Amino acid sequence: MLEPLYWIIRRDLTIAMRRRSDVFTTLIFFVIVVSLFPLGIGPEPGTLRLIAPGIVWVGALLASMLALEQIFSADHRDGTLEQMLLTPQPVALLVAGKVLAHWLVSGVPLVIIAPLLGLQYDLSMDALQALVISLLLGTPTLSLIGAIGAALTLGLRSGGVLLALLVLPLYIPVLIFGAGAVEATVSGLGGQSHLSLLGAILVASLVLAPLATAAALRVAED
Amino acid sequence: MNHGTAAPTLEIDALSCVRGDRVLFRDLSFEVRPAELLHLKGRNGTGKTTLLRALAGLLLPESGEVRWDRRNIRSLREEYSRHLLYLGHLNGIKGDLTAAENLRIAATLDGFELSEARAWEVLGEIGLKGHEDLPSKHLSQGQKRRVALARLLANQARVWILDEPFTALDVNAVQLLQDVIRRHVENGGMAIITTHQAVPMIGEHTRTVSLGSADA
Repeated sequence: MLEPLYWIIRRDLTIAMRRRSDVFTTLIFFVIVVSLFPLGIGPEPGTLRLIAPGIVWVGALLASMLALEQIFSADHRDGTLEQMLLTPQPVALLVAGKVLAHWLVSGVPLVIIAPLLGLQYDLSMDALQALVISLLLGTPTLSLIGAIGAALTLGLRSGGVLLALLVLPLYIPVLIFGAGAVEATVSGLGGQSHLSLLGAILVASLVLAPLATAAALRVAED
Repeated sequence: MNHGTAAPTLEIDALSCVRGDRVLFRDLSFEVRPAELLHLKGRNGTGKTTLLRALAGLLLPESGEVRWDRRNIRSLREEYSRHLLYLGHLNGIKGDLTAAENLRIAATLDGFELSEARAWEVLGEIGLKGHEDLPSKHLSQGQKRRVALARLLANQARVWILDEPFTALDVNAVQLLQDVIRRHVENGGMAIITTHQAVPMIGEHTRTVSLGSADA
């Protein structure tokens, strides 16, 4: 049962490696957005520390939304998606594989580069750690929830705007708890509870989102 | 009743499909038995592709049902997909992957293992010798079609649903594909195809269903 999952992840990673420019678009967008704020606001460490969690998280959220449309659109265009719906494998499982591959390509680089960007904001070691953990728990949730929206807007001409409108409300809890975790750590309260909530949201969307996405894909191919 | 012992058939029962607010066909009923080739005819826009997609389970018909082994394919879903190979207008191959990679991944998703050596062998058979490890986006239209059709050779599905399989193929490939389909049908498989080309059809087990003529 896990064989197809492995192959679909391997397939998507291979394709991503062969068209690396798509991967870097997301990452560079994130780096640019987050790096511009300290330049624009000025080098006051107190202010920077205050706004850092929010800005890094908003940057990550926008970057991950930028990459969303890519999850299914290419497969939809070349017919591999309809073939996927016709395999004897559970569609939700294949969806989970695709989302995981998408997160590895678009989410993990953000998590890795985030502490480096956090340094620009004079974040403490503890805060950087909280930032990485919160992103590690939050970005897969963004991919999972985003996949539902991507599947629902598949094949629509101005799908991008609609996609943003659909997923943004669902992203907001992740943003609040993600940035909140870092903020709480900065102010010395400890981000444990925020991180637990992020983890809970991740688990819930891990279970529900692939099912919803699979259903949406069937509708899209109808 | 010899339920279970007889080879399963594909029954189409009072199927109606609507696209937009236009009725494409209504109350269409027929049956496809093992070792039978069904040639679906009809002018452009009479709903051939829609019918094939409904038979594959990609599209929900307005009314009526498609039954495999006497059970609705809606309830069978993955169990039905196991026996099915659908090839639509889109080739369903990734341009960034090589022909062999495409074939092997399709096989794994279809639920069986295809070795690298066997994949190359199949691609040679379909006339892609020397192109096995080229990214598919560098292949010509006809060659891409051949990659998609290579799945027919590697697969063990019983029901083939082929939407215009002969498009973009050269004379040799058309001949080859006809042979492949004939062999499949002779071995007890079913094939449902649409084509506009005047292909001398295959064996005595060919039936024709025409769309769009009855209620024109």
